[in-house]
Amino acid sequence: MAEARVPTVIADELHIVYRVNGAKTGKGSATAALSRMIKRGEERGVRKVHAVKGVSFAAYRGEAIGLIGSNGSGKSTLLRAIAGLLPAEKGKVYTDGQPSLLGVNAALMNDLTGERNVILGGLAMGMSREQIKARYQEIVDFSGINEKGDFITLPMRTYSSGMAARLRFSIAAAKDHDVLMIDEALATGDRKFQKRSEARIRELRKEAGTVFLVSHNNKSIRDTCDRVLWLERGELRMDGPTDEVLKEYEKFTGK
Amino acid sequence: MTAAELAAKYGLSVSGARPGLGEYVRQLWGRRHFIVAFSQAKLTAQYSQAKLGQLWQVVTPLLNAVVYFLIFGLILEADRGFSREVYVPFLVTGVFVFTFTQNSVMAGVRAISGNLGLVRALHFPRASLPVSFSLQQLQQLLFSMVVLFVVAIAFGSYPSLSWVLIVPVLVLQFFFNTGLAMIFARMGSKTPDLAQLMPFVLRTWMYASGVMFSLPVMLADHPGWIADVLQWNPAAIYMDLMRFALIDGYGNEYLPPHVWAVAGGWAALIAVGGFVYFWKAEERYGRG
Repeated sequence: MAEARVPTVIADELHIVYRVNGAKTGKGSATAALSRMIKRGEERGVRKVHAVKGVSFAAYRGEAIGLIGSNGSGKSTLLRAIAGLLPAEKGKVYTDGQPSLLGVNAALMNDLTGERNVILGGLAMGMSREQIKARYQEIVDFSGINEKGDFITLPMRTYSSGMAARLRFSIAAAKDHDVLMIDEALATGDRKFQKRSEARIRELRKEAGTVFLVSHNNKSIRDTCDRVLWLERGELRMDGPTDEVLKEYEKFTGK
Repeated sequence: MTAAELAAKYGLSVSGARPGLGEYVRQLWGRRHFIVAFSQAKLTAQYSQAKLGQLWQVVTPLLNAVVYFLIFGLILEADRGFSREVYVPFLVTGVFVFTFTQNSVMAGVRAISGNLGLVRALHFPRASLPVSFSLQQLQQLLFSMVVLFVVAIAFGSYPSLSWVLIVPVLVLQFFFNTGLAMIFARMGSKTPDLAQLMPFVLRTWMYASGVMFSLPVMLADHPGWIADVLQWNPAAIYMDLMRFALIDGYGNEYLPPHVWAVAGGWAALIAVGGFVYFWKAEERYGRG
């Protein structure tokens, strides 16, 4: 095993800093804002949030890695940085190919029909028109949208929240990825759909080189991951086999 | 072994690094289907809740033209120097052509800052967004052109060979607008406040470009260079060319010299400059 370990993602002393406009504590009046704009210097009107502080690790081909930590500990931010969607303040992330985040919510439009959203979402993820055409029926069937009538030709705003979530997951899961990152995507839809999506995630895992999974559900982490990174306040608190890390984490959260 | 050495050994690349200019163009071309689909989706979504639906694509510009005609044609009598047969299509052409540039700039300002969710969730060359929004505005203009043709014919300018010139004018203006949208997309991503400021800048530009009146006629008692400078500005150039192509009574004498070269020059300068300017910050879009 040792000689076949090919790294797919390497994070090297990674720091991520968010800049938030107009969230400065204290005076929020217009004059205060104006004086801040005039006194340029080191961006005074901007508040900085240091979300990830010096995280280093290497992920290898064939690994499924869980990311755990309390809310706001920097899990999702770290995923976005690995995907190259958030620029690093300091340090670097090296990747093999283009890691992708499972999720297309932002590209879809509620005023369009489900049909057009399938095509738009697929194109947004970088699929070609032919690939989408080939997968179209599969996506619709998987979502189960048409089980209760011809809903796919109706605008998405007419869907129930569960239906919309199912369609979004189906579109997102239609593409194969080298490095796949899933951000708490498992908890959508009814029981039947959850089972189906768990099966699809396992399939994606087999095809993908490396999988990252963010979840607050320790059971789904235990079921799918063989290694866990524990983040707390933007720092890597523990990195090791699932059982060891989860034991410590459960002690920490008092469960 | 350090992380960098390990990465080099297995041929890993830095995530989220900016690609070279040539590679960037290639990636953008690879996303052309997404760009087109996204612009069409935005266009359709715009009126999907209205009862009249897509009919608004044509009705909105028509109502706009009527309002401008009421105020500038009938009340302010800004039609000095023109007969009514020329002035009405002159005004409507001006409004539509300027709106095309105006809306492209406004969409450009919000192209990144208004789509942070998309930028933070998916990977694609970010220039896709401003290009897609300009394309949406071009499609919008094509709907307006239907109204414009009807107005031109109603006031006695019948289709002729010169109408073919509309195509190159639109192409040049589209390139100019897209470049401008990319410039403002980068500035708007850093300073979202531009979305509040730009409407005033654009309105000033509109009045200075002679949308509702002929610049040389209106500025006849001022030094000649003022009218010259205003006539050379790209918005005025594209408006004048469109009027020249469309309206029978609006001939060569209203156009500044070398007008096609200027139109092409503005398009090339802003399109290429805007693209490079936008690309230079590619890896920084989407930061908090």
